[in-house]
Amino acid sequence: MNRIIDLFYKKKKNILNVYFTAGHPKLHDTAEIISSLEQSGVDLVEIGMPYSDPLADGTTIQNSSQIALKNGMNLLLLMDQITSARKVTQLPIILMGYYNQVMQFGEERFLNTAKDAGVDGMIIPDLPMDVYEEQFQSLFNKYGLTISFLVTPETSDARIRQADKLSTAFLYVVSKSSITGSSGDISDKQKAYFNHLNTLDLHTPRLIGFGIHDKHTFETACQYAHGAIIGSAFIRALEGEGTLEDKTVGFISKIR
Amino acid sequence: MSYQVDNQGYYGEFGGAFIPEMLHANIDQLAKQYKILINDDGFQKEFKSLLKDYVGRPTPLYLAKRLSTKIGARVYLKREDLNHTGAHKINNTIGQILLAQRLGKKRIIAETGAGQHGVATATVCALMGVECIVYMGKVDIARQAPNVARMRMLGAEVRPALSGSQTLKDATNEAIRDWINNPAKTHYIIGSVVGPHPYPDMVARFQSVISEEIQWQLKEHVGRSHPDYVVACVGGGSNAAGAFYHYLDNEDVQLVAVEAAGKGIDSGASAATSVLGSKGIIHGSRTLLMQTKDGQIIEPYSISAGLDYPGIGPQHAHLIATGRAQVFSATDEEALEAAMELSRIEGIIPALETAHALAILDRIKVKEDDVIVVNLSGRGDKDLATYIDYLDNNQGEHISDE
Repeated sequence: MNRIIDLFYKKKKNILNVYFTAGHPKLHDTAEIISSLEQSGVDLVEIGMPYSDPLADGTTIQNSSQIALKNGMNLLLLMDQITSARKVTQLPIILMGYYNQVMQFGEERFLNTAKDAGVDGMIIPDLPMDVYEEQFQSLFNKYGLTISFLVTPETSDARIRQADKLSTAFLYVVSKSSITGSSGDISDKQKAYFNHLNTLDLHTPRLIGFGIHDKHTFETACQYAHGAIIGSAFIRALEGEGTLEDKTVGFISKIR
Repeated sequence: MSYQVDNQGYYGEFGGAFIPEMLHANIDQLAKQYKILINDDGFQKEFKSLLKDYVGRPTPLYLAKRLSTKIGARVYLKREDLNHTGAHKINNTIGQILLAQRLGKKRIIAETGAGQHGVATATVCALMGVECIVYMGKVDIARQAPNVARMRMLGAEVRPALSGSQTLKDATNEAIRDWINNPAKTHYIIGSVVGPHPYPDMVARFQSVISEEIQWQLKEHVGRSHPDYVVACVGGGSNAAGAFYHYLDNEDVQLVAVEAAGKGIDSGASAATSVLGSKGIIHGSRTLLMQTKDGQIIEPYSISAGLDYPGIGPQHAHLIATGRAQVFSATDEEALEAAMELSRIEGIIPALETAHALAILDRIKVKEDDVIVVNLSGRGDKDLATYIDYLDNNQGEHISDE
């Protein structure tokens, strides 16, 4: 069974998904970050495929991506790293990245290679839902990989239902109209939006991301969804002093 | 074969809207409303009146006699350089500011490379009294100081794009990120026929006034409304899109697009996207772009900041892929020589971008009675520093050859 589907089958709340950029801080940190995250008890790991032009990302992920690319990260190397990591971990792994690099790698080759490496699902924020449905849905099914689409406070109900229908792991709830890496508390307006989603009778579990950066925002998000996603705050933690393991365990222990 | 956008926003296999969900509501609103709004009588009346009284249209179509003698055909220059703010860019910004007003958007953002589109946007925002923020790569801010000063004088805020290579593509990324952060009240005025649908079609429609005028002006000059060749430089491709627009379906007209070869196609410092590029996604559009085999976008190079873009509009990608348009490229050096020549034989100092189009005229196999229209997209004032350097370095040659 797909590890992500299995996770959401067994666990219904307080799910913690942590994002990091592959190849950052150092080129070969991937396996150690994954094992440290597993040791810290996170439920799901989302690995960013670094891209030169990450449109939806704030400065933290932009900078980590640039460093990763400068370090020499590319998709083939990342797939090798995940293959090695997979030998010792059962943590569900999601790849997140922009469509252009998937297209250049070749869509089917990408899915096939990822599946072989032990990846469980994908998030491709600039892949339109209709293009996915027409061209790639059957390939995702063939390789048993999940996909998660994004919904935002600007997304219409009809479109939320379409994303709910097409998403196979969880719905990625973008907490507010912003790029990644924002700070501050979760506002009443955001809570109203999360509540609205909860009235729609959606069948896909929901994880809230964007702006989730500490214990308080994580716990608040978990009151309104099945769990939450932390990205930029963890990347900043990785940039500090100390071993990857200490930094990871230290950061996660402050979240839950 | 259709060369116009289809109902899904594609030109053949190019185009579409490959955007993160955060932009979907805005792009969807635009896509649903732009045709209705801009075809409205009131809109058209206001648009045309501003183009006439504020921009100074129609721009002349001028028979360049000495250049014609040199080329061996009748060469007409479409004088977009005589528009207010000195280039074709303002045709689009006038159209988009009127559209933004009808969409109820009170805040305008734009990207700029050399600063021409930024100035054209700041100008229309001053005209309409709305807030204007222009993103410009930090590197470009340093090398285009006069245009930065113009934008500030016009009341715009110029925000440095500090990400990536700090040039046009990064300024575009920053503008898009701003729009993600401010979806409700902001309209993004893209400066070229690039970006997600409906931008390429919308900008081409606003620029199509160029070929609309060429049609009746040419009729007056030579008795027929179509030339044998239309020649235009292409970065993203908005001036070319406007000059080609009304001739797309007339196969008697050869469409010629000229890209910037930079220091040479194979030099590693070039912006010749149709030669060096491959299919991919840039700024939300499926088109040709310069990228590594891993799909990372490559920073292009051209002496002309307006052609220094790693992609090309999806309509141009389609015109090139289908063979409807022919592509040439000119190097920095060839463009500089062409700029010097037009200045000396016609008394017109062209923009460096435009000079690329002029540089390839003698490579077209023409007959004596052929009619060539070159879209003279901008004037060269902004490039004086580059031209002065060139003159200083080639002084002997240029004093002695007359």
